[in-house]
Amino acid sequence: MHELSIAASVVESVTEAAAAHPGARVKSVQLRIGALAGVVEDALEFCWQIATEGTPLVGAVLEIRTLPVIVHCEHCGAEEELTSVQSFRCPRCGEPAADLRQGRELEIESFEIEDEAEAKP
Amino acid sequence: MTTRIVELRRGILKKNDELAAELRHRYHAAGVLVLNLVSSPGTGKTTFLERTLRELRARGAWAAALVGDLETDNDARRLASSGAPVRQINTHGICHLDAEMIGKHLDNWQGVTLDDVDYLFIENVGNLVCPSSYDLGEKIRVALLSVTEGEDKPLKYPTLFNSADAAVITKIDLAAACEFNRDLALRNIREIRPGIRVFETSAKTGAGMEEWLEYLKESRSGNL
Repeated sequence: MHELSIAASVVESVTEAAAAHPGARVKSVQLRIGALAGVVEDALEFCWQIATEGTPLVGAVLEIRTLPVIVHCEHCGAEEELTSVQSFRCPRCGEPAADLRQGRELEIESFEIEDEAEAKP
Repeated sequence: MTTRIVELRRGILKKNDELAAELRHRYHAAGVLVLNLVSSPGTGKTTFLERTLRELRARGAWAAALVGDLETDNDARRLASSGAPVRQINTHGICHLDAEMIGKHLDNWQGVTLDDVDYLFIENVGNLVCPSSYDLGEKIRVALLSVTEGEDKPLKYPTLFNSADAAVITKIDLAAACEFNRDLALRNIREIRPGIRVFETSAKTGAGMEEWLEYLKESRSGNL
């Protein structure tokens, strides 16, 4: 369960970056997470509620984009999505493929802000 | 009401990755080969490491170990019987070691300076999921699997096995009693991490240790 540490890191980074936009409220945060990053989405969403409590990010929505694993095949040169993470073989030619090109990402892509003053009725 | 998107494009574990890069630089400058040992609880990391430390010492090499556990210093005390300097890191509930913990424990380690050490082993917290996300600056990540755990462990935890540089099968002296299917285990490991070096060992009988020690020696000279 390192999702709480992950959530806390996201809160820290976004809070810091959002400070450059005074008077704005963070509405949502977009993450890119590789299928092989070792993060359980449900657990991360659960931890997000806890990690944002009492911070300027409270109420912000967490949006997770999962990136499939892409391997490069040294045998046939293909660069393709793995059909299963239980088998690191080239989906095209079936040879073992160890060269990972995508799938370990753990990244904050962006966040969405709205101006507090305008938001008030 | 206006809303806008602010691009950030920042690694979530950026802080850890930066600290790990500093550590990697430090290890390299000191000429120390650093290995990060990861497995489930009960695989036999400590027993395997104890034997490794003992054998290295007998060969005149300087080895040291940092050992992570949620609580207690039992493992550090067991490992210290090998004669090597050992330091316990208690994470107090955190399920993995991170680069900051390693840096802190290296900085004020009484009687140990990296320059004097040939090999540094980091025994991670027993966990097959969380440690895989945290770079400790190590040169070699070792995934361990015992014959008592079942041959499909690599398929169940692909994240960790795929990020490993070497795999060690432990307790092979118990293989027959556990009806361990060796071929299947090897196939599963290589299905997740094609081309990985696999060592089949018993810390009890010493089987496979020679090959493992030779690998450490080669890796260290390749690292310098």
